[in-house]
Amino acid sequence: MNTTTTPRRPRRLLPHPVLSLFMLALWLLLANQISGGHLVLGALLAWFIPFVTQSFWPQEMTLGRPWVALKFVFLVLWDIVIANVIVAKWILGSPKKLKPAFMKIPLDLEQDFSITVLASTISLTPGTVSADLSPDSRYLLVHTLHTEDPAETVATIKQRYEAPLKEIFECSTS
Amino acid sequence: MEETSWLEWLISALLLIGAAFALIGSLGLARLPDFFMRLHGPTKATTLGVGSIIVASMVFFSTRGEGLSLHELLIALFLFITAPVSAHIVAKAALHVRLPYRKDTQNWDRDS
Repeated sequence: MNTTTTPRRPRRLLPHPVLSLFMLALWLLLANQISGGHLVLGALLAWFIPFVTQSFWPQEMTLGRPWVALKFVFLVLWDIVIANVIVAKWILGSPKKLKPAFMKIPLDLEQDFSITVLASTISLTPGTVSADLSPDSRYLLVHTLHTEDPAETVATIKQRYEAPLKEIFECSTS
Repeated sequence: MEETSWLEWLISALLLIGAAFALIGSLGLARLPDFFMRLHGPTKATTLGVGSIIVASMVFFSTRGEGLSLHELLIALFLFITAPVSAHIVAKAALHVRLPYRKDTQNWDRDS
């Protein structure tokens, strides 16, 4: 959390291997082909950009459980499809019957990056938008379009999205 | 032409589904009563609406015999990164200037 008090680490040759791999994949997608030249150019960029920008990334990016991460991505994609259909029904139905709510979700996540991923996931799944984060990063304010039981919605979000994220990004700190 | 027609059906279906969800998202923008509820419209349009149009484009360009076309995935990726951030900032600004919301909006807080 306290990124300002973290002591400056010495420069490292390969500061973020996961980020580098990701950037290589990104470059190959941009080029829309896999050839020797693009592999070399992509690999050079994927090494050079994290190397010169490493002071902007104070936290170590660890991908603790790649398998859980993959499962999480597919879970979210599936939920987006389902929730889209549900919200479409709400919009086409009578908006007066909807019961919107602001919910203050207590966070178990501690790192900025994983909180960002959780907030983005909440906003991406239709029906919920994350509206604010408390200054001490312990509560996330979420607005939902319709809920019968806010306590249950919060419990679902915590168990369905926060728990896997905690396992993926913060298994070393918990 | 005969053997590719099922692909055309698939692509047309994906395009129509995408367009329908984009339309419903915009409809939500017009129909929903308060600012915070209207915010839910655009997040819908960008996820499933753009999502199925992107899949349609990938299928179309990948089946023309010029190799796999995957760079559409980048559109989805950048949208999935930027859409929640802009929604968050807009909502935060709305809270800051205390925009009115529907009177019966529930407030749930475990500690109160």
